[in-house]
Amino acid sequence: MLDSVIFYFFAGIAVISAALMITRRNAIHSAVFLITTLLATAGIFLQLRAEFLFIAQIILYVGGIMVLFIFVIMLVRLDVPLARIRSRWRQWTAMLVAFAVFVQAGIVIVLAHGIPGQGLLILNSAPADKLPPNTEDLAKSLFGAYLLPFEIASVLLLVAMIGAVVMAKKRTEAP
Amino acid sequence: MMPIGHYLFLSLLLLLIGAIGVITRRNVIIVLMSIELILNAVNINLVAFSRYYGDVAGQVFALFIIADAAAEAAVGLGIMIAFFRNRETVLADEMDLLKW
Repeated sequence: MLDSVIFYFFAGIAVISAALMITRRNAIHSAVFLITTLLATAGIFLQLRAEFLFIAQIILYVGGIMVLFIFVIMLVRLDVPLARIRSRWRQWTAMLVAFAVFVQAGIVIVLAHGIPGQGLLILNSAPADKLPPNTEDLAKSLFGAYLLPFEIASVLLLVAMIGAVVMAKKRTEAP
Repeated sequence: MMPIGHYLFLSLLLLLIGAIGVITRRNVIIVLMSIELILNAVNINLVAFSRYYGDVAGQVFALFIIADAAAEAAVGLGIMIAFFRNRETVLADEMDLLKW
């Protein structure tokens, strides 16, 4: 009971502020609503007992990535005429396609019977004691079975960092 | 406990809202933010299945996706700054340097 109240609370916040995020005219408002969505998602992670991801979501997404976004929004001039913000016919097309995909995927979710349990809507969850506070398990898995992907991810981050610095650097004229 | 379908529907909704944002907005920074929203929706899926199968592998994948999102944001915003310096705009339909 309490579980579903918490879930619907955070899910409502996430969906509403996501919808506001893609409709606001001011880019800073969009960024703030995206931060709200990400925080609500962090709450859902906590409700799913993923404590480490809850913290990582707040520190990395909200504290790192979104601050970067807000920096760039403030660096870049954005006074665009109102009519040019979004295009009308693309809006309708996007709504239509999104609705079609929603109906399709929704039918698949409701009718799925192939996985263990009795379909996705009434699938029994793992018992609560089967997944204790699992940060330690996550670390063991990350540095054991997934050590190679972890190292590759660190190389990816290094490459991205160098690429970002090179691209954002002021170009000096070659002698 | 909550059935997993609820999490899948939440994830689906967030993903579609992000997709609508990518398609309709012209400001490239907001397009990038919509992509972050899509990655976030995928994370909800992974964590929900990780919870329901009692296996932490899904959480490991979600961590990798967060790392990916950080790399993507850094490179994307670097490109944005370089482009703005050259062309003084961030609108997607004015980015036609490679068109002829």
